[in-house]
Formats: sequence, C-alpha cells, structure tokens
Amino acid sequence: MGKHNFGYFVHEGFSNMFSHGFMSFAAIGITVACLLIMGTFTLVAVNANGLLKDLERENEMLAFVEEDCPDASSLQKKLEAIPNVDTVAFISRQQAMERFVEQYPDEEMFRDLDPNILRDRFSIKITDLELISRTKEAVDAVDGIAYVNAAEDVAGGFITIRNVATVVCVALIAILFVVSVFIISNTIRLTTFDRREEIAIMRMVGATNGFIRWPFVYEGFLMGFLGASVAFLMEWGLYEAVAQGVSTSDAMQLIDVIPFRELWIPVAGSFAAAGIFIGVGGSLSAIRKYLQV
Amino acid sequence: MVESESAIIELKDVEMEYDNGTKAVRGISMRIAPGEFVFLVGPSGSGKSTIIKLLTGEVNPSAGRVRVNGFSTRNISERQVPLMRRTLGVIFQDFRLIEKKTVYDNLAFVMRAVGASAKESRQRIPYVLELVGLEQKTYSYPDELSGGEQQRVAIARALVNNPSTIIADEPTGNLDPERSLELMDLLVKINELGTTMVVVTHEKDLVDRFGKRVVTIDSGRVINDSVGGYVGGHIHG
Repeated sequence: MGKHNFGYFVHEGFSNMFSHGFMSFAAIGITVACLLIMGTFTLVAVNANGLLKDLERENEMLAFVEEDCPDASSLQKKLEAIPNVDTVAFISRQQAMERFVEQYPDEEMFRDLDPNILRDRFSIKITDLELISRTKEAVDAVDGIAYVNAAEDVAGGFITIRNVATVVCVALIAILFVVSVFIISNTIRLTTFDRREEIAIMRMVGATNGFIRWPFVYEGFLMGFLGASVAFLMEWGLYEAVAQGVSTSDAMQLIDVIPFRELWIPVAGSFAAAGIFIGVGGSLSAIRKYLQV
Repeated sequence: MVESESAIIELKDVEMEYDNGTKAVRGISMRIAPGEFVFLVGPSGSGKSTIIKLLTGEVNPSAGRVRVNGFSTRNISERQVPLMRRTLGVIFQDFRLIEKKTVYDNLAFVMRAVGASAKESRQRIPYVLELVGLEQKTYSYPDELSGGEQQRVAIARALVNNPSTIIADEPTGNLDPERSLELMDLLVKINELGTTMVVVTHEKDLVDRFGKRVVTIDSGRVINDSVGGYVGGHIHG
C-alpha cells in the first residue's frame, strides 16, 4: 500500500460511512446491541463465577478420626498427600466443642458438655469441586478415619449452575457474533451494490483487488470500532449502575460485585477486538463477490 | 506472463463457449499491429462483445490464445490481469461515468485507481481534457453535459492512464449522426498520436467513411478482414 493511498483509503472509508448514514447507523447500532448483550452476559458470568469460587472455597469436608486412633494429628500428612486436597486443618475435640458452643451462645445446656462426646476431626478444603466424590472416597480410605461428611449435593448444585451459565453464555455470544457479522456484511453489501459501477470501472482500468477492497475494509473497521466504543461506554455505565444497586440492596448484600476498574481492560480489549473483527469480517464477506475476475 | 511480439493484439484459433453451452467465438484468428485503427463489425450476437471481453480479460478463451499488449491470457496470473488492463483504455456505449463526481474527479478517480498521485492527476488531466475539447467543462457533472460531451469524457477517461490500446464498444451508439462523426474524428486523431484503436460499431456509414481496416464477424467467425469499408451483408446493432 503506497503511503499516499493510505489517506485515500481512510478518507473513502469515512465518506462511505457518512454517505450511507442510515445504514451505517443501523449497522453500528446492531453492533452496539450485540456487544452490549454479549458483554453483559459475560460480566454476569464472570461475577457468578467469582461468587461460586468464593462459595467453593467455603465448602469444606470434615473427616472424623477413629476413637482409638493413638495420634490423630499424625494423619494430617496422609490427608495432604491425597490428590485434589488443598488445605487440611486439624480440629481437636476441645476446639470442636468450643466452636459448637460459640454457634449457640444462648444455649446454656451446651456449655457443660464433655468434649469427649465429639471426635477429633480434620477440616479439608479441596481444589476442584467436581472431584469431590472421588476425594471423599480417598479420604475415607485412610486408616484412622472413621467417616467423612461432604456436602456433595451442594457441590453438584454449584457445578450445575456454573456449567449452565457457561454454556448459555458461550451459545449467546456465538449467536450474537454471527448475527453481527451478517448484519454488518449486509450493510456493506448495500454500499458495494450502490457503488458497483465504480467498482466495475476501477477493475476495468486495472485497479488491484487490494485497492478496491481497502476502503470497504476501513469502512467496516470504523463501524466496528465505533460500535465497540459506544458499547463499552454503555456497558460501563450499566455495570456501575447495577453494582451500585446491588451494594445498596439489603436483599443482595451477600453478593460481592467485582469493581469495574478491575475489569475494564479486558472488557475494552474484547469489545475492540470483537467490534473490529465483526466490521472487517463483514466487509470482506460483502466485497468478495465483486472482486471475482 | 509478458511476451513480446510484433502484433500488439493477437487472437489465435480462439474458441469461447460459455457455461450455458453458448458458443460465442469459433476459431477466430486475428492480428492487430501497434498504431493500427480497426473497426470490428457484425450483427447482434455475432461474438463482438465476447471478443471485447476476451481482450479485456473478463473471460478466458475455452481454446486458443489471446495476447494483448504483451500479456498472454493462456498463462496470465490473477495478479497480472490488472497490469494488463492498465495497458488498455475502454470506452462503453453508455459512457459509464460516475454521476456524483465532476469531470475532473471522474478522471482523477481512474488515475488514483492505478496508483497515480494527486500531483500526477493535476498535470495529466488538463492535457487530456484539452485533447478531447472539454477543458471548459472540467468541473461540470455528467448530468450537466450533452451525450456527445459525456462520451468525450469517457474517451478522456480511457486516455488518461496513457494506454497503448483503446477499445471502444459501440461508442457512437447513443449519439446523433453529427456527434457520431465528431467523435469518430476524435478517435482517429487519437490514433494518429500513436494509440492503437479497436472500435466495435454497427454504423456502416461511419465505417465506410474512414477507409480503415474492417474485420467483420458473424456467428463467432471472421468472415471478412479488409481495408476500405464494410464488406458483407447487413449489420444490425
């Protein structure tokens, strides 16, 4: 590309976009809508995933020690060696009793209980919640462990929510992406149809395909980039508004929304990349048939 | 692939059959020397338009060889087609000017399309417009011009990239007899400056008047190739 052509391509791309004002506006609007929906779903999924991770971290397994185990604390190393075990904390009978009493401060009768009615135990946190059953079996198989309590149902619920959210998110993103490319492609196809005579003349006088294609690519680029910029600003505003609403709501005080300042770089990058890909991909697809022969 | 031969245009045993089975050209051979002026005549459906398409690289022959300004269509790559077209100037019956561009911008547009700078356009366009007698209409739009003037703009556009050959497809088809004669005079003048000229027409009077080489096509074959005027049956546009 000659350097004096670059300015021409950009100028043509801009003027094409403005000369087809309504269609360009429609294409940018559709890109904004698609990116906004994709972005919102992704951000909801990111927050849900963060929330689930927190909950996963809280989800502990309790391994109770046999009554006749001479040295309960010696089991710790064996438990730590089990795959998928993240942390192992020993809780003696005495500590267990103290925690129990703490949970029911108003119940006088619990205060005089003998700690020996409880067992020594280990609180085990695991890395991957999906492997909870297998890990529980491995812990159960350790000599000296009487039985294990693990909230497998709760874990299964978390996993199902996360998987469904991921599938819905990916499917929506894929569908909206294809829709955006299709609409931008059709918009630029109208532009190229309007300019088919110019394209025919350019080809007849010996313009290369690249020369003919570049203004349309810039047009697509500009529409995609503008769409991405507008969508980013709207997403930002929407996210802050929702975060504000969640933080001031009594019903949702347990939900910890990730601050937008921690997310804006990947959001901006993804929006720009998706917008430009949609715009350029759409324009290349639209111009292709005019460049044959 | 670029080749050098004494003929600037050569068709050798060219056959052209379209995908729908229509045989438009049946074994045509023809040579046109540099600087020659040739009328290509024949009735509708005789294969004239297909010959133009073969010369401009819009279609490739089913058999035989077409060589234009050193480029052979037998082994020309897709990248070389634009280079081959830069050696040609094409004029159409319906002018094909861009309505929203001025005369100057119509010419600058095709110069830009082959990589010329704005400075080169500023130097070349006034010269070409003067050659076709339209220097007063530089900033007019096509719809402000008469049919004859629009066709002169089309000639200027064909000339502006300084091609070695001009192919005119029924250039007088939309003009009255007086304008047709003026236009043909202009093409002869350009030819005298050294540009090879291939003119497709069905206007017998014009063909006879200029005493140039006339190649008559019928049913995809050359039925006459002689100098001086049209020989053969009726010509129907």
